[in-house]
Amino acid sequence: MKEFALKYKLKVRFLSLMLLVFILFAWQALTTRPSFSAAGLSENDIMLMEMEGDIIPDPKNEGQYINNPEKTTTFPGPVQVGHKLIEEFSNPFHKKGTNDHGMGWLVMYTLSVFAVGFVLATVSGIVLGVFIGLSRTLFEVLNPFLQVLKPISPLAWMPLLLYTVQDGKTTSILVVFMASLWPTVAGTAFGVNNIRQDYIRVAGLLQFGWLRKLVTVVLPGAAPAIVAGVRISFGSALVAVVPAEMLLGELGVGYNTWIEWNNLDIAGMIVSILVIGVVGFILDAMLDRVAKGVSFAE
Amino acid sequence: MLNSTATIEPENEPENGSDNESQRTTEPASALKVDYVTKEFPVLSGNGTATNESFCVFEEVKFNVRKGEFMSMVGHSGCGKSTLLNMMAGFDKPTRGAIVVDGKEVTGPGLDRMVVFQSFALMPWLTCFENIRVAVRQAYPDWSVDEVKAHTQKYVDTMGLTGTENRRPALLSGGMRQRVGLARAFCVDPKVLLLDEPFAQIDALTRGVIQDELMRMWEAAGATVFMVTHDVDEAILLSDRIALMSNGPNAQLSRIIEVNIPRPRTRAQMIESPQYTRIRNEILKFLISHQKSDLADKV
Repeated sequence: MKEFALKYKLKVRFLSLMLLVFILFAWQALTTRPSFSAAGLSENDIMLMEMEGDIIPDPKNEGQYINNPEKTTTFPGPVQVGHKLIEEFSNPFHKKGTNDHGMGWLVMYTLSVFAVGFVLATVSGIVLGVFIGLSRTLFEVLNPFLQVLKPISPLAWMPLLLYTVQDGKTTSILVVFMASLWPTVAGTAFGVNNIRQDYIRVAGLLQFGWLRKLVTVVLPGAAPAIVAGVRISFGSALVAVVPAEMLLGELGVGYNTWIEWNNLDIAGMIVSILVIGVVGFILDAMLDRVAKGVSFAE
Repeated sequence: MLNSTATIEPENEPENGSDNESQRTTEPASALKVDYVTKEFPVLSGNGTATNESFCVFEEVKFNVRKGEFMSMVGHSGCGKSTLLNMMAGFDKPTRGAIVVDGKEVTGPGLDRMVVFQSFALMPWLTCFENIRVAVRQAYPDWSVDEVKAHTQKYVDTMGLTGTENRRPALLSGGMRQRVGLARAFCVDPKVLLLDEPFAQIDALTRGVIQDELMRMWEAAGATVFMVTHDVDEAILLSDRIALMSNGPNAQLSRIIEVNIPRPRTRAQMIESPQYTRIRNEILKFLISHQKSDLADKV
């Protein structure tokens, strides 16, 4: 059985790899420029193209021309992106002035913004959710506010936050905070409110104090719903952090994507997008570990 | 010997307050007293909100459970026997009347009245040992960590749970889970033990073994037990007296049957015993007659 599982795993991994190879080849084929051919062009045309830098004299063949590799106007292929990737990660921790930071620094910046905002929101969301879940009155009082606040895009808060705190990084943190607050509150409140009555009854029988009841019954009982809420928050925060960085123009991988657009460095943009994907994947894997730790079987 | 089964008809006519008082003082041995308890639930309207009308589950139920006695209640679904047990536990309040344990009226749940649930109600995130320990810790807050641990281990061993201490309930069979439930209830040495169809979710073969263990534990602990069950054989095997409820709504306590079969009882002995057959027939007749009237109502 174990051997079968291993074989199966190898098989699907191999297929994934084949798919990647296929995509890279297709991408390369679609983006390769046809090599320059002078057929049908007048001498004037060729002179004009050389002046504009589209073509250069072939160093190997006297009197012949080839495409200028320095000048790219088409979508970059995987080879160019690969070169860019190597370039970015050959020196990931350089700092040249305020804007030109290495990819390592940008990732660190985004991770720190994300971590602070997400952790703050998760802790406050769980606390708020527990109170709302335990008290029907509090739920009824706060629910209208929550219903209005919940659908507001976290980015809509950004100008107001920036005006209030006057600092780019703090604003990004608060945007992440706003993005990851409501689903956690809602998930926790739902979980706390729907703990099986039996568990609450046992807590009553055993005369638990409020703290023991919270730690032994309420939080573990609500854990699956809390984790579900936190997961939604997590996705929402990951979506919000990139445009927040783009708009604030401080630093970070989201910012980098926009800067590469300003530089018209399309390969750089693709690298930046890939980095966002990988960072998200790593964060998601970390959350998965935490979620597995707090889940239980009925 | 043939007439050893006595049937006691409870006084159904309500008495006045002074009579009530005098009766309370003449029966000092009762550990649990159900005193003219009536339970009504509000009738829900279509949108789920309570209306002014109410629906009476049972009315004027009155009986005592003597100290150290094992009493069962049998009746059809909907007669309110679980509701009554929940009120004894303090999860629910009577609409009229009171439940008195050891001279004090029940106002909420407490460690003196432990419940064994049909659904086991073990915390799935705690191991077996922790599920029992948490009760010991609450019952004996002054004990040291080692004392709590030793006491917990004692009950783990008595219930035959040795070796499964570190397992989560999800990995155990229904029988093993209810052993944990029983250990959790017995380990705090409660005055009254309330069993809410404790063996309904356990397969028939395991049920017998756990019933024997429950009897052994009950005899050793000398606790007062009130059990709600559907299983007539189980009720006869375990009980000193069996209370029969008529059908709800407006259910009433029809009669209390004394089970005069000597202890220790074994299943094999029981089957041979003529008393057993008579009691069983009497209860079954009662249940069937109520079933008929129930059907007649519907037709």
